[in-house]
Amino acid sequence: MILIEEAKYLAPSVKWFRLEAPDISLKAQPGQFVIVRAEEVGERIPLTIADFDGSRFIELVVQEVGEGTRKINSLKKGDYFLNVAGPLGHPSEIDNFGTVALVGGGIGIAPIYPIARAMKQAQNKVIVIIGTRTKELVFWEEKLHSVSDRVIVCTDDGSYGIKGVVTVPLNELLESGERIDRVVAIGPAIMMKFVAVTTQPYHVKTIVSLNSLMLDGTGMCGCCRVEVGGKTKFACVDGPAFDAHQVDFELLLDRMDIYKNEEHLCQLAGKV
Amino acid sequence: MKKRPPRQGMPKQEPSVRARNFKEVALGYTEEMAVAEASRCLQCKDKPCIAGCPVEIDIPAFIKKVSESDFEGAARILKQKNALPAVCGRVCPQEDQCEKVCVLGKKDEPVAIGRLERFVADWEAEHLKGEATSAMEKVWERRETPGGVAIVGSGPAGLTLAGDLAKLGYRVVIFEAFHKPGGVLMYGIPEFRLPKAIVEREIEYVKSLGVEIKTDYVIGRILTIDDLFRDGFDAVYVATGAGLPKFMGIPGENLSGVYSANEFLTRSNLMKAYRFPEYKTPLKIGKKVAVVGGGNVAMDAARTALRLGADEVHLIYRRSRTEMPARIEEVENAGEEGIIFHYLTNPVRIIGGVKENARGQWVRAIECIRMELGEPDESGRRSPIPISGSEFIMPVDIVIIAIGTGANPLLSSTTKDLPIDIRGYIVIEPETGRTSKEGVWAGGDIVTGSATVIEAMGAARRAARSIHEYISQKRAVLKTRIT
Repeated sequence: MILIEEAKYLAPSVKWFRLEAPDISLKAQPGQFVIVRAEEVGERIPLTIADFDGSRFIELVVQEVGEGTRKINSLKKGDYFLNVAGPLGHPSEIDNFGTVALVGGGIGIAPIYPIARAMKQAQNKVIVIIGTRTKELVFWEEKLHSVSDRVIVCTDDGSYGIKGVVTVPLNELLESGERIDRVVAIGPAIMMKFVAVTTQPYHVKTIVSLNSLMLDGTGMCGCCRVEVGGKTKFACVDGPAFDAHQVDFELLLDRMDIYKNEEHLCQLAGKV
Repeated sequence: MKKRPPRQGMPKQEPSVRARNFKEVALGYTEEMAVAEASRCLQCKDKPCIAGCPVEIDIPAFIKKVSESDFEGAARILKQKNALPAVCGRVCPQEDQCEKVCVLGKKDEPVAIGRLERFVADWEAEHLKGEATSAMEKVWERRETPGGVAIVGSGPAGLTLAGDLAKLGYRVVIFEAFHKPGGVLMYGIPEFRLPKAIVEREIEYVKSLGVEIKTDYVIGRILTIDDLFRDGFDAVYVATGAGLPKFMGIPGENLSGVYSANEFLTRSNLMKAYRFPEYKTPLKIGKKVAVVGGGNVAMDAARTALRLGADEVHLIYRRSRTEMPARIEEVENAGEEGIIFHYLTNPVRIIGGVKENARGQWVRAIECIRMELGEPDESGRRSPIPISGSEFIMPVDIVIIAIGTGANPLLSSTTKDLPIDIRGYIVIEPETGRTSKEGVWAGGDIVTGSATVIEAMGAARRAARSIHEYISQKRAVLKTRIT
């Protein structure tokens, strides 16, 4: 049982949690994730760690996409997560690369933050691009400003910042001739796929953090297998970060959709 | 002289009924049956059964108590040596161990030791709620703790070692990666063969001995082995299980609808997908299921698929029935329930296609090739050779790969001085379970590769002795230095 110290909605259906989890906080590094359960009958849900202080707490940002995440977001300050296991996965590779562009889409904005902070500490020039469907879904813009040189915001409907998806400003940045040494993208699989397509012609090393379905998160079940460079990898223990230009995104998208109909059934059952 | 009664058969649910429910297949002996079976024991002098038991239960002694209808007395004897008797009575391969060497078995059928063990454990739980034996063990509470032991993994090996050392007064903490303790007993073995309430009951017994279990602790990530020593533990026992599913490396294995047995069984057993949507974890079944493999895990996966509603479940095994590693009893159970066996058959690729209302490529069929048996290989079993041109296609919607597991590198990769062999298994001294890393022991599948519950428990029993000796010596030295 893990206590929720603070919780609030950052945007409609996007909720932020600060959890009292000293053991996890102590070991957490940017890019790692936890697996949580909100209730006894609940699924095990992997969530990337959004922030941590290295001694006392971790933070998570959860978007309601189905029954399980809706249950999580019904939890309030003073409630408990039934289970939180982590930190899991390899940490992001942090080094002095030069100039890095960090791309966060939707809920993927949150895990970009600790990576930006670490990249900044490693003396990189940090450019952050964040994108959502519409203005009210944008969060942590100020927080990201504090750990980067530049923050570019875009919305699909143009209600805030640049009109368009994240690849629009990313492409402009690459075309502008500014040297970009590395791109890190976290967000919906389809966004990460198009980030990979965008950076490929420029031969910029691009890392994506894959949000595969998982059970145990320790390499025991193979549920999260992905193909990277033609080889089968487990996102939970070999990743979650991989070279975007090597990832088979079609397979990832297919496998993420395996239980689409069951998710629907679950929602129906939840409403009865 | 009174005529010896025949070996008492095990009452079971009817195959046609049980193939569609998750209730336990074997129903257990009645008191009368247990007494009758126990009376068959010769109480011979040599007691080969004890040596045949990896945890050295005093088998004739507990059976004698059963024959006298002293079931409480029988339970006490069992639990002296075995913290998990209701589990072992159900899943041990007795036919290869205690019952194999039973003297009675030379001319007649051996005493049904496993069924008696199960009866006694269940009787104790039902009539005494386990109190008789746990009260007996409560001595530890009044004792000075001789040291602390951390155990990584709460499966059969971890629980056995925990029980043994807790009884000796040690502070024992088990770290479990999942949200529930039990390891393979919880995620791997299905409800119909080992009800989870029984596993939970035996874990409660181990906890009643003073063992602390920390769930959601993935050692190697949240804490390393060296962190555990820093936190004051005197010894660490690594019992993480094998835990890395093997795939065949054939085309189509990553298609939607292909599962590892680990994933399939974990969804059903631990996450209770068989009670979806009450439990939220889903599982795909389809009409035709192919299970690849011939071990106990393959049988479990096949029989689970049937119970989840598959019309046909095909089990594909590359050798013949004789070489099959699964327990005979489980193969028979599976056959009675309607599993269709394809011996001397091996998959060569999984074929995908578009499915209605679903994205991307789904399993549509599995292509197999017929095999014949050649010369024996290093395992002593005749090795299967493909018969060229014998390929055929079997239409299926789900494929479950149950061809074994490899060593999970998560812990060894974060503990550089932990000795592992080229396949990733931890290297130990066989007699003690001790590794070359100071203060670290290991046992169970992470040492041996996939084996049985009782073998893991036997290894833990030997390691417990060695750890006790090690800590006693270490403390004695400390004491002399101080005084």
